[in-house]
Amino acid sequence: MEKSLYQLTALEMSGALTSGNISSERLVLDCLERIRTLDESVGAFLHVDEASILAQARASDQRRLQGATLSTLDGVPVALKDVIAVAGEPLTCASRILENYKSPYDAHVTKLLKAAGVVLCGRLNMDEFAMGSATENSAFKRTANPWNLKHSPGGSSGGSAAAVAAGMVPMSLGSDTGGSIRQPAAFCGVVGIKPSYGRVSRFGLAAYASSLDQIGPLARTVRDAAALLQIIAGADPKDSTCMRRDVPDYLAETMRDPGCLRIGLPAEFFAEGLDAEVRKSVLEAADFFAKQGHEIVDIQLPLTKLAVPVYYIIATAEATSNLARYDGIRYGHRSDIAVDAIDIYYKSRGEGFGEEVKRRIMLGNFVLSSGYYDAWYVRAQKVRTLLRAEYMNAFDKVDLILTPTTPGAALRQGEHREDPLQSYLEDVYTIPANLAGLPGISLPCGFVASGLPVGLQLLAAPFAEDRLLQVASQYERAHRFAGLRARIGGDEQ
Amino acid sequence: MNYEAVIGLEVHVQLKTRSKMFTRVATGFGAAPNTLVDPVILGLPGALPVLNRHAIEQSIKVGLIFESTIPEVCKWDRKNYWYPDSPKNYQITQYDQPICVGGSVEIELPGAARNIMGEHRYIQLTRAHLEEDVGKLTHGDNDSLVDYNRAGTPLLEIVTEPVLTSAEEAVAFLNSLRMHLTAAGISDCDMEKGQMRCDANVSLRPIGSSVLGTRTEMKNLNSISGVKNAIEYEIRRQSRILERGGQVVQETRRWDADSGMSTAMRGKEDAHDYRYFPDPDLLPVRIPPATLQRLRAELPEAVFEQQRRYQSQYDLPYTLTSVICYDHHLSKYFEAAVAEYPEGAKGIANYVANELQRERSAAVGEGMLPMEQVKILPAQLAQLVRIVDGGKITKQNAKEVLSTMFATGADPVGIIRELGFDQTTDSSELESICREAVDANPVAAEQFRAGQAKALNSFIGPVMKATKGKGNPAVIQEILRRILAGQ
Repeated sequence: MEKSLYQLTALEMSGALTSGNISSERLVLDCLERIRTLDESVGAFLHVDEASILAQARASDQRRLQGATLSTLDGVPVALKDVIAVAGEPLTCASRILENYKSPYDAHVTKLLKAAGVVLCGRLNMDEFAMGSATENSAFKRTANPWNLKHSPGGSSGGSAAAVAAGMVPMSLGSDTGGSIRQPAAFCGVVGIKPSYGRVSRFGLAAYASSLDQIGPLARTVRDAAALLQIIAGADPKDSTCMRRDVPDYLAETMRDPGCLRIGLPAEFFAEGLDAEVRKSVLEAADFFAKQGHEIVDIQLPLTKLAVPVYYIIATAEATSNLARYDGIRYGHRSDIAVDAIDIYYKSRGEGFGEEVKRRIMLGNFVLSSGYYDAWYVRAQKVRTLLRAEYMNAFDKVDLILTPTTPGAALRQGEHREDPLQSYLEDVYTIPANLAGLPGISLPCGFVASGLPVGLQLLAAPFAEDRLLQVASQYERAHRFAGLRARIGGDEQ
Repeated sequence: MNYEAVIGLEVHVQLKTRSKMFTRVATGFGAAPNTLVDPVILGLPGALPVLNRHAIEQSIKVGLIFESTIPEVCKWDRKNYWYPDSPKNYQITQYDQPICVGGSVEIELPGAARNIMGEHRYIQLTRAHLEEDVGKLTHGDNDSLVDYNRAGTPLLEIVTEPVLTSAEEAVAFLNSLRMHLTAAGISDCDMEKGQMRCDANVSLRPIGSSVLGTRTEMKNLNSISGVKNAIEYEIRRQSRILERGGQVVQETRRWDADSGMSTAMRGKEDAHDYRYFPDPDLLPVRIPPATLQRLRAELPEAVFEQQRRYQSQYDLPYTLTSVICYDHHLSKYFEAAVAEYPEGAKGIANYVANELQRERSAAVGEGMLPMEQVKILPAQLAQLVRIVDGGKITKQNAKEVLSTMFATGADPVGIIRELGFDQTTDSSELESICREAVDANPVAAEQFRAGQAKALNSFIGPVMKATKGKGNPAVIQEILRRILAGQ
């Protein structure tokens, strides 16, 4: 049976566009139709400007007619997390404080996507300012997990993962500060890549924690994700932390035989707290790699247990300063009842920020306060340095690290909110990559009995995305999880 | 008891760069409000700072001028505080690894008179660190307006050790800083335009004590006289408190130039907790030794060194060097002219420090015509001085030539010819004119021969009149002497 358009991967769409079987307009009409039908129940999108999306698609079709396509993905739709700036479009960060804000400029990745002819297809829901792990901290709506609408899609890039998992768009961009791409990718059964720190420009990404944030792709296949990473990776003079390093041909890397590698299984990631079904799926993946001729090595990363506290000190310290600009003076929400400048700050921020954002701002202020700075912030930085060294040493012994992406499958909606601290601890497997600046990929590796997906995480040394893609592709080619899409309503799988 | 003042200064200097500290928007003064802005300056979501290399180099030069240590690495920190003039509500600055450490500034205290050189001292610097300027607030009755044009301008904060002892020293420090920084093209240091701003920490202690007293910080010192008056006021205020047995309260005080008084702004307990931490958006800056070498080579001679050299090399008096060396426009002009006529340094110095200044002052209603607008080229001035030194025209006539050169920019030779100032050196013509003058005044001739040397002057006037001022006075005197001696 011929596939419906939404069932196609991005590269299949690209192929269909190239062969002239479909137009970009036809593609995005199908996406828009699907968003209209499904998003009421999924809640992945915050904003969809149909006129602009159609105009972009028609422009792409025009280019194709003239033989002037801009890239492989010209005419293919990509949706962006509402934290990445697009000139003239809303940039709310899922916060009341930016509810009516539109960005006057393009993020660097936006410029690159436009230059590649990609159709920017709507703004995706998220946890407010990317703070959260369930997309329940959005000021505007909840997002459901397409695999089971009663469950959370994860977060903070929950909209990015859900939209892809539900087949509303083939690909999306998210941002990952402590796991915000990989964890929702795992929960929604899609592929998510957090690039090395400095691989993708952060210019135009509303900052949460500057030393940890990275933009990355989510897609239904490793190859799609590689194709999107290809477009957004590379140096940008407007981001001083973005590295000037060559960008490999990531799509070609997905087809390259990785040879025989040493793959480390860190004991700390398989210890207490890991769901038994998740463990089983992930260890099966390890067995698969052993059969492919890779050597599976038990390793230890004892500082991993400190990753969560270190993260919540450094991330909140940076966040408290990064979010200070949302003050109601120049743009964004300004309280109607403020009487003077200081009052504008207090009331606008009091009304504009949600509970979790306020909690992290308070935490950040605390750890930076005089008298506490050395005990908290400075010590956290020292531990971060040690942790980075521990991971770098591990990469002297192994080529890749293989772990579960999350301790369990997606939680039910609301479960995250009950105990913030417990929720923070759930991020323990993803946070180390951010602290150490490593690239990481999450890809589907099975399901738990309840039918929810399980995510496999692979980590590599900085700028070894090519190796991650080789090995992830090797796994994907041999398993039926590739291109998975959740079935909603009367969908056909 | 007698007290002595201990003063430390924090001087903010706006660096002269084309673009701002962390983005490529132009810097400038006087543009329409909020036109020199972009996403970075306005602190829009997603905007990131990118370092202006030129600001780093300008700051390094300041360190090199004052012989500071330039550490191999300096880094950036965020200073967090809430005020609407700060678009991000944090300022990017350097907290614990500044670009310049230590060093000293040579200052000259006022001399006993204008033509007498004052005492020189060296003022130790603690550090100089680079940061971004904030916007400007204008307060109305019911609202406040903010202009972010100034925001993000590179600002170097130069901090002295608490080693100054009087308002005069503080003023001398600022003057020295201004002379050195303008000469090196680092800043225009115009306090009226906010290009140089000063805070002063003032404390008193019994003379002879080595323990520092409680200090107050004086803010809003927007002019040299403001610095002087505010420090003098604060010394008086503190000494009155101490003399009646009271205690000075550690606080920040705002100077009000109109009332000539300062008022308490905030006390120690209200001091901000700036929650400094390293800025994660910017990498530390590594400064290789080669950069220091290159920048050192670009520096002009230090002001007082130049003054000492002029004294010894050209034998110039303080009255001239203090005019020429203390204004880099004049010293550059002087150097260029001397390069054309090295033997004429003294004459050139005289013209630069006196005649040229007079013309510049006369050319405009108030102040001086800027040197960039002076039409006389250094080479032309050198030419004029060479002509005067050669005895070809009188000094009196040379002044008129200079005036014409100043007005037209024409070469002196042509002007001299046009004005008919070419000195008559044809001695046979001069000889007959002199003879006529002696014959016309036998009384004076008799007096001279009787030993009254001054009587010679009686002949010079008529001779000059007869030559229409073109006669060379020295030559005329020689001829007259010969005639009167009966040769």
